[in-house]
Amino acid sequence: MGEPPPNPDPSSQSRRSSQASERARSRDSSQPLLSIPEDGVPRPTQRGSRSSQSSQGSQDLQSTGLPQWPLRSSLIPENQGEEGMEYNQSMSLGYQPGFPFEFSPQGYLDENRMMQQFPQGEGLLEQLDTAFQDSGAGLLGQFNMFPQEDQPFGQTIQHGPYLRDDPTLHAGCSDLGFMPFVGEVPDPQPRELAVQNAKAYLLQTSVNCNLSLYEHLVNLLTKILNQRPEDPLSILETLNRNTQWEWFHPKLDTLRDDPEMQPTYEMAEKQKALFSRGGEGEQEMEEEVNDSPVPNIMETAFYFEQAGVGLSSDESFRIFLALRQLVEQQPIHTCRFWGKILGLSRSYLVAEVEFREGEEEGEEEEVEEMMEGGEVLEAHGEEEGEEDEEKVVDAVPKPQWKPPPVIPKEESRTGTNKYLYFVCNEPGRPWTRLPHVTPAQIVSARKIKKFFTGFLDTPVISYPPFPGNEANYLRAQIARISAATHISPLGFYQFGEEEGDEEEEGGAGRDSFEENPDFEGIPVLELVDSMANWVHHTQHILPQGRCTWVNPMQKTEEEEELGEEEEKADEGMEEVEQEVGPPLLTPLSEDAEIMHLSPWTTRLSCSLSPQYSVAVVRSNLWPGAYAYAVGKKFENLYIGWGHKYSPENFNPSLPAPIQQEYPSGPEIMEMSDPTVEEEQALKAAQEQALAAAEEEEEDEEDEEDEDLED
Amino acid sequence: MDADSLLLSLELASGSGQGLSPDRRASLLTSLMLVKRDYRFARVLFWGRILGLVADYYIAQGLSEDQLAPRKTLYRRSGAQGDVDVVGSLNCTEWSLLPPATEEMATQTAVVSGRFMGDPSHEYEHTEIQKVNEGEKVFDEEVVVQIKEETRLVSIIDQIDKAVAIIPRGALFKTPFGVTHVNRTFEGLPLSEIRKLSSYFHFREAIDLKNKTLLEKADLNPSLDFMDSLEYDIPKGSWSIQMERGNALVVLRSLLWPGLTFYHAPRSKNYGYIYVGTGEKNMDLPFML
Repeated sequence: MGEPPPNPDPSSQSRRSSQASERARSRDSSQPLLSIPEDGVPRPTQRGSRSSQSSQGSQDLQSTGLPQWPLRSSLIPENQGEEGMEYNQSMSLGYQPGFPFEFSPQGYLDENRMMQQFPQGEGLLEQLDTAFQDSGAGLLGQFNMFPQEDQPFGQTIQHGPYLRDDPTLHAGCSDLGFMPFVGEVPDPQPRELAVQNAKAYLLQTSVNCNLSLYEHLVNLLTKILNQRPEDPLSILETLNRNTQWEWFHPKLDTLRDDPEMQPTYEMAEKQKALFSRGGEGEQEMEEEVNDSPVPNIMETAFYFEQAGVGLSSDESFRIFLALRQLVEQQPIHTCRFWGKILGLSRSYLVAEVEFREGEEEGEEEEVEEMMEGGEVLEAHGEEEGEEDEEKVVDAVPKPQWKPPPVIPKEESRTGTNKYLYFVCNEPGRPWTRLPHVTPAQIVSARKIKKFFTGFLDTPVISYPPFPGNEANYLRAQIARISAATHISPLGFYQFGEEEGDEEEEGGAGRDSFEENPDFEGIPVLELVDSMANWVHHTQHILPQGRCTWVNPMQKTEEEEELGEEEEKADEGMEEVEQEVGPPLLTPLSEDAEIMHLSPWTTRLSCSLSPQYSVAVVRSNLWPGAYAYAVGKKFENLYIGWGHKYSPENFNPSLPAPIQQEYPSGPEIMEMSDPTVEEEQALKAAQEQALAAAEEEEEDEEDEEDEDLED
Repeated sequence: MDADSLLLSLELASGSGQGLSPDRRASLLTSLMLVKRDYRFARVLFWGRILGLVADYYIAQGLSEDQLAPRKTLYRRSGAQGDVDVVGSLNCTEWSLLPPATEEMATQTAVVSGRFMGDPSHEYEHTEIQKVNEGEKVFDEEVVVQIKEETRLVSIIDQIDKAVAIIPRGALFKTPFGVTHVNRTFEGLPLSEIRKLSSYFHFREAIDLKNKTLLEKADLNPSLDFMDSLEYDIPKGSWSIQMERGNALVVLRSLLWPGLTFYHAPRSKNYGYIYVGTGEKNMDLPFML
């Protein structure tokens, strides 16, 4: 065959574009053709049939419509020839029902890239070109879209029933990787063309990226076929989006760390450190078994879990390890997991410890001294300021207000400061010690209600102003919760026999107890039934803020020095009554009710198996406080936000009333300032007087002059 | 939380301190399965537990195919002290259906405050002064209105649901037909998004969405962003976001309804919320922040 005439590009383009749509249609319509048997023509691939059929259309489709494929099939053998062969060799439609995209896309891609080069110049396969022309004409004629005069355009050399079998042509097509198909009917040229064009269109890369729709669809369908989700149609859009996303976010290779997971990995490292045993050796293990003050958290957690309370078991174990770490770091005599207080950004895990006898809490004392020194300095500062003012102008009246005496805080190991508390945010993080609580802080804490943020040094902004930061507020709340909700079964603790008289304590009652070795345990049912079987074993906090009352009027040495100046103020103070609270080991039945509600709720942990149940007591006053008891064991726990329950809404304290100014007395008389009118009137009067005086002088001068003249 | 993953969910939500005892867990697993069968729910959620003085309520909710359709609420009362003797009544696996909440119920129960008793037939008494017309005169009479605890339960659950039930973004998607489905390809929130309030939505019909300006709506994806996000909740700061378990779990706790815990393991499909509390709103929230 000779060289095909060069295609006028625009016409071929336009034809191609229309062919693309037609091809698509032909592709669709060709689906049912797969089942149509071809007469006597061996067809290794189905593509052959379609291609032959579409080329067939070039022949006599001008009169026949689409559905007459079967007719054409009979004509297929006649048209078999180069055309058809070229088509078969060049087109790999791959329309096999299984959609094996594994091998066909490759061929498609190569071929279509070549096809895309057509507009740019000579293509590699000029045979395809001629075939295009042919099929173009045929298809167009079939669909009656272009007039017949297109026929002369690059009219194919190969048309008609006699197509030569040219081996050179075969060879040319073989580098495409297709099997040279011999004996194939060259029919479906228009359809092939349409398919090729459609594919070319799909392979256009998107403007934004390097991905073409074709590749994306390939990825999507491969993914669906590999994963085989149920009902893929309903999740099609999501799969689509995910495939797109994955294209642009490939999984990181193994050498790079995932930046997002860094903090998680760090925490995991810290917690892993918890799990390592420091120091091997059997000796140490024995010591730990015998003497370790670390409590059996897992057992407590188990019992609380029966009640439906508590953290999960792996979290409990981590807490156990964290407590063990604490015990190793500090000289601790007894230790207990007090509970968890939830905060806004972080939560607190609280451990209640007692130091060994004789251990000094050095840090605390330093802080206290500084604070006291500061107070004294301030007092001096006020006096100096007053003296300065005295020298300057009038005697400024001294304020008669004297700050209420500071109630001293309780000693360590007594009252509210009986235990030391350590907090940490998460197991694995370091433990921080909380300072001792002062009565002023407790009194203040009763008046405010604030969430904990999770950072110990956050200031507590409230009214009345809380004397301290979040660490102090936390400690105050812990003290209040401990005093209100730490309970034990009746008889577990008893008063020791060596207690002194009650009078020594100032009427506050005994404040220490010891375990009762003869404690037999109270049956669970009884514990649940009556609140009299439970007692408080922490001291009640008086309204003063302490457990033992202290008369604030007793002057300390410092106060006596300053006392002479301020004796006048003392006269105004009233007698302070001694505050008394319920003594230690009071049963819960004596607790005050909250608005007709019992302050405690009891439950059996499992009503289906009462013989193995645990008695659980829940506080209604401090939601989050729980206690359980079974047999000879009991324990208290608090997990919550750290606030008291009040049936009414929280009423913040009102600001103090406006202070009186200095009382009017003979020394100080408050007068109102003259108003503007009065001042002006005064001024006018003065001017008048001046004017009158001048006139008089003038008159006198005149008179004198007159006298002189006379 | 989904009843299908109850055990894992309880484990993940345990950071707030309240969970379920093993016997309750076992009974819930079986009973929720039966509820799903009996009521033909597509999904059953264990909503949580309301602590009463005498007994507690266990609440479950059932969803149909459309996730945003009104949910059916069931409750079960248990834990009463007297149940030691009487095993069969009200304690075991009997779930009762609650009526849907109405506005009238909400206004009625707004006057009741305090703890739940735990007895659904308990009646709260509330005296109101009503004007009664007798002929031509108008009297002020004190009328004692009785409100059943069941009504209160219904309205409280409804309020909690509307206010603080939340869902991570992307867990549900909406089809063009208007039906909301569970997104089976939800792979969890990425770590960069978990601390943002905008990644979580209220699990209810959108209220504020229509008020957004067109400019804001342009950035939204209509198939995923069809619910209100937590960003615009009033008062601001009523959610506490924390990481637990060494940064492997994000927990949101509501400060307005203390006791509601939402947990989500980032980059995984586990998420859920549970309410364990007294059923009272925290009206002091503005003072406490």
